[in-house]
Amino acid sequence: MIPTMSEKETAYIREVNTDFEVASLHEDFAQEPPVARRLAAQLKFLLAGICFGVILIKGEVISWFRIQEMFRLQSFHMYGVIGSAVVVGMVSVWILKKGSFKTIYGMPIQLHTRAFNRGQVYGGLLFGFGWALTGACPGPLYAQIGAGTTVFIVPLLSALAGTWVYGLLSRRLPH
Amino acid sequence: MHFIEYLSRPWPWYITGPLIGLTVPALLVMGNKSFGVSSSLRHVCAAIFPANISYFKYDWRKESWNLWFVMGILLGGLVSVTIFKNPEPMHLNPKLVQELSGYGIHDYAGLLPADLFSWHALLTPRGWVLMVLGGFLVGFGTRYAGGCTSGHSIMGLSNLQWPSLVATCCFMAGGFLVANLLLPLILQL
Repeated sequence: MIPTMSEKETAYIREVNTDFEVASLHEDFAQEPPVARRLAAQLKFLLAGICFGVILIKGEVISWFRIQEMFRLQSFHMYGVIGSAVVVGMVSVWILKKGSFKTIYGMPIQLHTRAFNRGQVYGGLLFGFGWALTGACPGPLYAQIGAGTTVFIVPLLSALAGTWVYGLLSRRLPH
Repeated sequence: MHFIEYLSRPWPWYITGPLIGLTVPALLVMGNKSFGVSSSLRHVCAAIFPANISYFKYDWRKESWNLWFVMGILLGGLVSVTIFKNPEPMHLNPKLVQELSGYGIHDYAGLLPADLFSWHALLTPRGWVLMVLGGFLVGFGTRYAGGCTSGHSIMGLSNLQWPSLVATCCFMAGGFLVANLLLPLILQL
C-alpha cells in the first residue's frame, strides 16, 4: 500500500483539529469493519441525502426569502424548523446514549466532543454573513443545483474556494 | 395521486424540523456518522486540489460517506421539483415583499428571487456579491468555525456541545447584521 501522507502530517492535523464534522480526525475514531466501506454500503448515505434534500426543499429551508424573513424576525418558520430539529436531535442522542444502542455493524454509538476556540466566533460570524447573502448554508447549495437553479454552481465553487483559502491560512488565523 | 398532491404542498415547520432532527440518529445508526454538510467542501479540496496544504492532508476516503450524502442532497433537489413541485407561489411576509420591491425585485414565484439568482444576474454587481462573495464566506466561515448549521446547530447542539451554541449564536448574529444593515446597500448596487 502506498501511504498517501506522512504519519507526522496526520498527527499534526489531529492535534490542531477544530473541525466538528470530521470524525475520522478524532483520536478515538473507531475503524469500521471492511463491509461498511463497500460501495453498496455507501448507497444508504446517498439515499439519506436524497431524503434530506427533499426535506430541505419541501420545508422551504433553502429559500432565500425564508432566510431573509428569519433575519428580519418576520416569520416563525425557520425558528420552528431549527428549534424542533434540535429538540428531536437532542432527545434522539439521549435515547441512543441511555439505551447503549449499536450501529448496524454492531459497534457502540460514538459521539465526539470538541473544545471551544475563537474560530467558532470569527468563523461563525463570517458564515452568518455568507448565509444572509446567499440565503443558503452548505446543504442548500447542493439542493439548489439539483432543483434546477444551476447558477448555484457558482456559490458552490466559491464556497470550495473559501474552504481552500481557509485551509491555506488556517495555521496563521487566531483560534 | 392524492398523496403526491399532499406532499407537494410546502411542509410546515413541525414536519420539516423533526425530520431534519431525525437525520442525526439515522446517520449515527448507519455507522457512527456525525451529521454535517460543510465538511464535504473540505473533502473535495483534499481529494482534488490539496496543494501540499497540511489542512488537506488526511485520508478523505474515510469520510467518503459525506460525499455520497451531498450527492444525495443534490438528487433530492431534483426529486422534489420533478415529483413534489409546489405549483403555488410562496406565502411571504408582506413587509419583506414591500421592502424587496423597492429594490426592483418582482419575481416571487420560486423559492428564491430570479432577479438576484440567475446566470444573467451573476453579471450584475449585486448578483456577484450575493453569489460569489456570499459563497466564499460560507466556505471560509464554516471551516473556520468547524461546522455549519447542520454540524454545529443540529448535530453539535443535539450532543450538548456548548461551543456549538456559541457558533450558532454567531451564525445568527452575523446574519442579522448583514441582512438588516448591509443587504439594503448591496441590493441598491
